[in-house]
Amino acid sequence: MTAASTHWFWYASPQTFYPLAGSIARWCGIAAALLAAAGLWVGFFVAPTDAQQGEAYRIIFIHVPAAWMSMFIYLVMAFWAALGLAFNTRLSGMMATALAPTGALFTFIALWTGSLWGKPTWGTYWVWDARLTSELILLFLYLGFMALQAAIDDPRRADRAGAVLAIVGVVNIPIIYFSVQWWNTLHQGASVSLKSAPTMAASMFTGMILMAFAFWMYSVAVALVRVRCIIRERGA
Amino acid sequence: MSEFLAMGGYAWYVWGSYGVTFLVLLLEVIFLMKRSRETKT
Repeated sequence: MTAASTHWFWYASPQTFYPLAGSIARWCGIAAALLAAAGLWVGFFVAPTDAQQGEAYRIIFIHVPAAWMSMFIYLVMAFWAALGLAFNTRLSGMMATALAPTGALFTFIALWTGSLWGKPTWGTYWVWDARLTSELILLFLYLGFMALQAAIDDPRRADRAGAVLAIVGVVNIPIIYFSVQWWNTLHQGASVSLKSAPTMAASMFTGMILMAFAFWMYSVAVALVRVRCIIRERGA
Repeated sequence: MSEFLAMGGYAWYVWGSYGVTFLVLLLEVIFLMKRSRETKT
């Protein structure tokens, strides 16, 4: 075994990961608060009023970052789940379990804020449209994952069963992401992509990115505090 | 200030979004801190 891989597996043990997770969580929590303060300031006081939507568009600063996080956390959760299945490492399953509630919350936030944004812009709180429906399925996948794990007493078996569900559910992520291209939908296409410049004012984009990083740091902090709880609860 | 709170007539939609988001994240942190305290002892 090479030195690099030994080092890597060193942190795969819950005991060695535990103190590291604590300090990362602390710093990420602080970063999340600072980034959120900056993002909200830019979002409410720097970004101009939208020409078409007036002030209603300001929902974007939480809606888009929350929607990104809802999908990203699922991918990370499925990654840990797959790692746990492949290498039978205890920490992997714990990480997947720790991420699920936060992912579910961001999915709920994306749906809730989207609904409140849809009413003034589309005239309805909800439509059974491809983007909205696939995001709702994501919420059910998170809830199903949590319910399945809660229903199995043995934590290692719960990890494996949850992992299978999480991996199968990954198919929904590209469906959500490409839904606005594949189907006719009320939901607008992506305003931000890796391939082209964002189609919005620079200050709007800045506010959105700051909030995205704030949610990101928040998720890392919360998931790591939760994984520490799980490590303690399982007596590892 | 009241103009800011009115959000150009979209107060319910904007503050409804931000309020619920803040509440949900706050509750997660509170429950997590409670769980953290319970498991430490």
